[in-house]
Amino acid sequence: MGLFSRRRVERTAGGRYRVHLPETERSVLVDLVGQLREVLVVTTDDPIVRRLFPTAYNADSERDREYQQLVRDELLERRLAALATVEETLEQEELSEGELSGWLTALNDLRLVLGTRLDVSEDLVEVDLDDPDAPIHAVYEYLGFLLGEVVDALEEGLPPPSEPGL
Amino acid sequence: MPALSPTAAGPLAPAEVQQPVDETTLDPDRPWVVLVWNDPINLMSYVTFVLQKLFGYPKAKAERLMMQVHTEGRAVVANGPRETCELHVFRLHEHGLWATMQQDD
Repeated sequence: MGLFSRRRVERTAGGRYRVHLPETERSVLVDLVGQLREVLVVTTDDPIVRRLFPTAYNADSERDREYQQLVRDELLERRLAALATVEETLEQEELSEGELSGWLTALNDLRLVLGTRLDVSEDLVEVDLDDPDAPIHAVYEYLGFLLGEVVDALEEGLPPPSEPGL
Repeated sequence: MPALSPTAAGPLAPAEVQQPVDETTLDPDRPWVVLVWNDPINLMSYVTFVLQKLFGYPKAKAERLMMQVHTEGRAVVANGPRETCELHVFRLHEHGLWATMQQDD
């Protein structure tokens, strides 16, 4: 997998994060981010969007309705802010921890939306190249790769555990 | 996030205090638990990272909880008063995890 052989995100000694993204990948990201914003702003009750606003109380619909009313706008606002962070910092070679956390949210939201759309399962499935969804599967795989890079880099910067282990 | 502050008697304070309720079903002392459910999309490394970040768990504990979610379908990742648990659920939802809360049996 030569395409994915180089680290895309690295933590620097100064606690910032260096991003190495080829231009093609930047343009894929900017396109996806724009699409997700449109979906989030326009769509209200679609299974794909609902995955981003999950149920909090499984057995208590009244309480869940209250919860959704309370948090929905804030969740939406944070998701849109993360998308804006990616757009604003896409050409930067170095990101702060806060900026990279915005990338984390945006990349994961994109995977959730695409994964829901593709109805992915945990079993590895060979995707037929003739499958009309094959390009989306490829993007989904790429996002997983890039998200893994972001997670590894941010994990290096986590503070020491505050809670003792069991 | 003032509306979700665990200390504020805001909209998240239990509404039940204002209305008569069946005391057998509402024991305010019964602790709440926060559950994370398995889903086929979130990366295992991502879930492990989020549990470390949000709860300050050591990596070994976060990995153990993630594996429990993966193999058993769900795991209790936190517990406490209702307001605290609701804040945890919100933070988990913000990070795209499938989290719910319920009173402990």
